[in-house]
Amino acid sequence: MTRRCLIALLGAAIAVVSLLAAPVAGQTRTPAAPLRTPWGDPDLQGIWNFATSTPLERPAEVGEKAVLSAAEAEEFEEKLAFDLTRDRRDGGNEADVRRAYNEHWMDPRRLQLLSDKRTSLIVDPPDGRVPPRVPLTPARKQAAQEAAARAARFNAGLPLSAQDFTPPVRGIIRTDRPPYLGTIYNNTAQIFQSPGYVVILQEMIHSARVIPVDGRPHIGKNLRQWLGDTRGRWEGGTLVIETTNFRRDEGAVYGNADPDTFTIVERFTRVAPDTLSYEFTISDPNTWTRPWTAMVPWARISEQLYEYSTHEDNYDLVHLLVGARVREARGETVPEPSGRPGGGDDR
Amino acid sequence: MRKRLKGAVIVGAGATAILLWVAVTPGAVQAQAGGQVPTPGAWPRVTVPRMADGRPNLNGIWQALVSANYNLEDHEAQAGPYTELIGAYSGEPAGQSIVEGGVIPYRPEALAKRRQNFDNRTKVDVSRDETWHDLGDPELKCYMPGVPRATYMGFPFQIVQGSSDFMLLTYEFASASRVIRMNWKEESPGDFWMGWSRGRWEGDTLVVDVTGQRKETWFDRSGNYHSEALRVVERYTLVSPYHLMYEATIEDPNVYSRPWKIAFPLYRRMEKNVQLLEFKCQPYAEDLLYGRFRKP
Repeated sequence: MTRRCLIALLGAAIAVVSLLAAPVAGQTRTPAAPLRTPWGDPDLQGIWNFATSTPLERPAEVGEKAVLSAAEAEEFEEKLAFDLTRDRRDGGNEADVRRAYNEHWMDPRRLQLLSDKRTSLIVDPPDGRVPPRVPLTPARKQAAQEAAARAARFNAGLPLSAQDFTPPVRGIIRTDRPPYLGTIYNNTAQIFQSPGYVVILQEMIHSARVIPVDGRPHIGKNLRQWLGDTRGRWEGGTLVIETTNFRRDEGAVYGNADPDTFTIVERFTRVAPDTLSYEFTISDPNTWTRPWTAMVPWARISEQLYEYSTHEDNYDLVHLLVGARVREARGETVPEPSGRPGGGDDR
Repeated sequence: MRKRLKGAVIVGAGATAILLWVAVTPGAVQAQAGGQVPTPGAWPRVTVPRMADGRPNLNGIWQALVSANYNLEDHEAQAGPYTELIGAYSGEPAGQSIVEGGVIPYRPEALAKRRQNFDNRTKVDVSRDETWHDLGDPELKCYMPGVPRATYMGFPFQIVQGSSDFMLLTYEFASASRVIRMNWKEESPGDFWMGWSRGRWEGDTLVVDVTGQRKETWFDRSGNYHSEALRVVERYTLVSPYHLMYEATIEDPNVYSRPWKIAFPLYRRMEKNVQLLEFKCQPYAEDLLYGRFRKP
């Protein structure tokens, strides 16, 4: 199949998907009468999907354009779809088979650009890009270099031990750790509420994020968790949640930020019966030069959430370790770190 | 059962006197007198909190105090594994059976496997996919514990009951979670570590029918086990604002000669600002599971 033919097919698929589901994006207004629970809180209960092909950061090739025209959106979608798909037939048989494995799992909603045609999920800063990083302290620089070395060993098929794998591959955390950003699959969450609580259950890694919305203080600052510690409050129809207390383990906090200064504020607003607006603002003066904000609409779906388990049957972790010992015996060595992430971060 | 005392209180409101009938439980009367404590196993009728729809409000953080995670049946205090390394840290407390009738009705041919499980409870071998789950207590490996074990592991769990067709049970151990689908028809579409839970109300009791559980989970550290035919029917009944009675009927014709039942109360965690914390224990199991495959 030629590339042009493939793009045409993908374009057709996108058109069909867009017709079937066109979530309203970009709305931040609260409806006049938001749905309420019997105890009077805004009602966010439901099963939601947040997959999209719109990238977190604005791609360089669209320049400063924040919103695309219809024609540009079509072209943009096609290119993104092509970049995302593994069915490219341009790398020989071995590459084809390797890509097909991931293609099998891909959520087709990942091929859908947001209907507001934004070029990035980031809405602030206005350039749609993550702000520049501040220089790391020597200790954090060393930790980052060690993490890069672990990722390089993983990517070369030469992990030293289970601790060379990332938290998602070890089955500790994945999309359950905020911010909620889509990956190639399982971009589904269920929201539960009870008086004084909102609970977000992300499909991946199966941990529920229990959020008190009763005004209580955070847990002690020395009590750190993989998902941090979250407190919520209602501002009109919007749930505002703030999370601190992330663990210091490698990969525990988003973006290799400094867990001692990192905070994330997330806002959920049910802008329509079938649409949640999800907005998050990240700040960490020890990591980024300024706070930054992204917005992703969540679409209500009729499908169910199913149990996701990794650790319990993590056959591949053993295969990779056993394979690494064979590769070592053959004299294979690890190349210089390339910056490629170490697994489980597949967008 | 319940005695009523007539208490006459005269309330002056203008020229009108109102006679109130005050109903109190005997326990309350005796407590006022500084006397008797409640009798274990006896639950005086009380007013339970309710949701807007009139159903009992089961929301809260609950925890079992039984030592059934060591053994569902009667168990004497005993030394744990590796006393030469950790001494009395691994010692196991005594406990009374939570099984109705005391003993699990294993089919005679099924008992040997329990013994074998116990003997191999601290061993693991994940060198081959096919025999990955053959050895060792799943708890040792930080695997999701399944039902009913998650309920009495000694870690708290939270019930989230709202106004949708779904309830959530989320457990501190391994961050395991279960969605309870209320009045749900669809059979389990697969096998899950925490099973496929369908709920319904029978009067004031939440009844949860759990199927689709992975066959590899155990019931305790003594190797009590089941097969892929396991069906667990749980019953949650508020017997006071602070106590949730838990019962589970367990059936599996491959392993037991008849269905059997466990029962114990769950206690509401009452500390100010108490919350579920994390016990993501995967990292604690990795050296045991994968240490032999690391670079020497």
